[in-house]
Amino acid sequence: MENLIEITVTVNGTEYHRTVEPRMLLSDFLRHELNLTGTHVGCEHGVCGSCTILFDGDPVRSCLMFAVQANGHTLETVEGLGTPDAMHPLQNAFREKHALQCGFCTPGFLMSLKPFLEQNPNPSRDEIREALSGNLCRCTGYENMVDAVALAAEEMRNG
Amino acid sequence: MTAKYVGQPVKRNEDPRLLTGQALFVDDVHLPDMLHAAFLRSDYAHARILSIDTTAAKEMPGVVAVYTAEDLGDFWQPSPMIVQPPPTLEDIVFNPRPQIPLAKDMVRHIGDPVAVVIAESRYIAEDAAEQIWVDYEPLEVVTDIEKALEPDSPLVYEDLGTNLASHVRQEKGNYAAAAKKADLIIKRRMVIDRGAAAAMENRGIVVDWDAKTQHMTMWNTTQAPIPIRNGLAATLGLSEHQVRVIAPFVGGGFGPKIMLLQPEEVLLPWAAMRLCRPIKWIEDRRENFLGTTQERGQIHAVEAAFSKDGKILGLKDIFLHDTGAYNPYGLTIPLNTQTHSMGVYDVPNFYTEFKVVFTNKMIVTPVRGAGRPQGIFLVERMMDLAAKELGIDPVEIRRRNLIPADAFPVHHSIIGQDFIEAIYDSGNFQPLVEKARLLIGYDKFVTEEQPKLRAAGKHIGIGLAPFVESTGVGPYEGARITVESSGKVNLVTGVGTQGQSHFTSFAQIAAEQLGVAVQDVEVTTGDTDQFHWGTGTFASRGAVVAGNAIFAAAKRVRAKILAKASEVLDAPEEELELKDGAIRIADIPEKSISLGELAMLANPLRGAVEPGTEPGLEATEYFGPKYGTTASGVAAMIVEVDPDTMLIDIKKFVIAHDCGTVINPMVVDGQIHGGVSMGIGHSFYEQLIYDENGQLLNASFMDYLVPRSTDMPPSIEIAHQETKSPLNPMGSKGVGEAGAIPIPAVLAQALENALNIDGLELLEMPLSPGRLFELAQAAKNRD
Ligand code: FES
Ligand code: FES
Repeated sequence: MENLIEITVTVNGTEYHRTVEPRMLLSDFLRHELNLTGTHVGCEHGVCGSCTILFDGDPVRSCLMFAVQANGHTLETVEGLGTPDAMHPLQNAFREKHALQCGFCTPGFLMSLKPFLEQNPNPSRDEIREALSGNLCRCTGYENMVDAVALAAEEMRNG
Repeated sequence: MTAKYVGQPVKRNEDPRLLTGQALFVDDVHLPDMLHAAFLRSDYAHARILSIDTTAAKEMPGVVAVYTAEDLGDFWQPSPMIVQPPPTLEDIVFNPRPQIPLAKDMVRHIGDPVAVVIAESRYIAEDAAEQIWVDYEPLEVVTDIEKALEPDSPLVYEDLGTNLASHVRQEKGNYAAAAKKADLIIKRRMVIDRGAAAAMENRGIVVDWDAKTQHMTMWNTTQAPIPIRNGLAATLGLSEHQVRVIAPFVGGGFGPKIMLLQPEEVLLPWAAMRLCRPIKWIEDRRENFLGTTQERGQIHAVEAAFSKDGKILGLKDIFLHDTGAYNPYGLTIPLNTQTHSMGVYDVPNFYTEFKVVFTNKMIVTPVRGAGRPQGIFLVERMMDLAAKELGIDPVEIRRRNLIPADAFPVHHSIIGQDFIEAIYDSGNFQPLVEKARLLIGYDKFVTEEQPKLRAAGKHIGIGLAPFVESTGVGPYEGARITVESSGKVNLVTGVGTQGQSHFTSFAQIAAEQLGVAVQDVEVTTGDTDQFHWGTGTFASRGAVVAGNAIFAAAKRVRAKILAKASEVLDAPEEELELKDGAIRIADIPEKSISLGELAMLANPLRGAVEPGTEPGLEATEYFGPKYGTTASGVAAMIVEVDPDTMLIDIKKFVIAHDCGTVINPMVVDGQIHGGVSMGIGHSFYEQLIYDENGQLLNASFMDYLVPRSTDMPPSIEIAHQETKSPLNPMGSKGVGEAGAIPIPAVLAQALENALNIDGLELLEMPLSPGRLFELAQAAKNRD
């Protein structure tokens, strides 16, 4: 039907070549073309942050981008952060502090927080709250997330 | 004795999968050849459908089918009512209007489904839905529940001749007689408006009909997989064993996902059988606002009678309850309001009457709290008003009215949502009030801090509100526990999970009985092929009802283990101990057998099994409580208001809570945190705003404000008290909705105290900065 566009995208260290419609959202591309379903979609209008991924290292909302815009870029999704047997300190801290309930929002929070902690290795609780405020969670009330981020920061500082 | 797990903050078994993107949610299901569905929903709140033209949509490349009500033929049937009114209620009016699969000749609310497109991709399906031309004749709209009952109101159902969906009157004691003896009568009007459940995951379905095996599989974001399986089988003319419904990981429920046989759920299986291809439908956020059920709209005329020493002699409440355009969920919410309106107090006389009203708005069904926050709001506001009138401290007036610890069980002679009289099974309210008062630092705040802060120009106030939550209602749940030959334990139950930590709490109960590690109990929930008896996850009942079924099953498996091991090890049962996945003789540790080996011996491949015995180490048990158990708590907060912007800052928040035996305190605290955040949202940030045409004006997360991390208090301090329920062997009570229930009451109280304006009474919810400003101005101008 429409013109299809070839793209090459590196996600979690793997290079993918795909042909996509220009209108395909990056979130749909990751989830349904690459089967990386850890990135979740809660609103598709850029507010909830569930779809947050790293785009050349920066957090972006993948529901607000088209797949073609990722052509030639390097992405990271929650699947690249850690595995059940070898979790990232943030993931461990989320479990330790019960910072997730249904877990639907969690990948988006983790991907927003990873660069935050890299840039702010020793954040105050207020700074953590501010960093969390771009994403929505309906289950946890956020307090345990604040604790988890503080713990992860500590673990990461101590290497 | 074996390791103690119940009561421990065990880390969650489900977390590693959820944290690494490996957990399966409905939209993660990919099937070969899968089609995608999109619904065309009404843009009018009330209109006659004159014609629907689907030609252009059908011609679009990639479109496989477009269905309207007419295409459904005989399959078009109203869904069964999910909840009937209690047969125990006498002399009531009840006009059932269940949901229908697609609007036939009339749409009754914005978002009412009119047609469905099935296409090769979701993008194409959504494009095609826009190419369906519907000729509507707009009709007059009714959105206001008071106007809806006026004689000249437009009617949601012409044939009924009224917008009255139901009318119920109940009384405990005799309010009129009590009022005659009162020193003080207070009458107020209170208004509560709608909010959304707004689970982060929208609704969704994947359905697969395998024509060769004549078997249907549905993945569904539901809180009630088993009733859906049974209902679908009946609707489609299949046997129940031909249908499997799976509720995998579900991204939050909060009530609306208990709804069943909704239009999408009924239509897509029907379409999948015709097209012989799997179909996926994933609701988007806008649809979730328009097409997922909502709650809270009520208007109350409350009257309370007090003696001059602050004792409540009676309460009278007449209210209207907005059910929206259909009423498939019966009377659950207004009955909950009735049974919670006496709160923690000894109210000897209570007259309560409600009318349920049809409006041209989305359907109302329970949302976390489910009518309870409204009941608690009205009685707590009455306590505050009486305290002010009588010059009694707000905490003191509450103390004087608490139900004493020796009064339980307390019979209320008001029929509740579970069809039987509301009874508080147990509780101990006085120490809860004291705990909350101490935690919040009530006395010091009122006598020292507040005067200083006020002198410094700050608008800061305090509130304290107790509440009850009837939880753990019947009818029943069940569980099957099996020791596998690997030594791991398999636990299955019918209730699904939407974040409540079932994979861990349930495992703790079994692990403690069987002497295995919590991680070695593999829990399956919400898959009808694994377990097909049960009702669902609602009314804060999972831990109580399923939890006690698991407790019973685990005890029976334990008994089987001991019997078999006693035979194998040739030792009396009393000398055996279950520990670390093995059974050993207490004082001869080397004489032992692992659970896995024992499981194999209990299920031999050859040889004879004793007649009358069952193979394996397995048991299935059920639990059904006599009636719901009452959890309770007291919330308190200190809040500061900026009088110019009316933005609020909750400085301190505490809650003393009693849910009987706590299985996992970390999980219980988490449930409370989440409930509190939803309560704060529904009290100050969130409101579903319909205009007079029935248009929802804020159907996006840009305009409908779910609380963010920065809207929450810096911490939520929680104190536990364990008054065990006598109604179940574990002594547990539910906690799922607790946090949300007291917030409207405690926030209103604290804000009034903070603003300290003569005549300012906050008798409505939700508030917002704008609304608070208006109310404050109005009160000032009245002076
Ligand atoms: S799904 Fe992208 S921000 Fe909500
Ligand atoms: S854990 Fe459920 S939305 Fe955040």
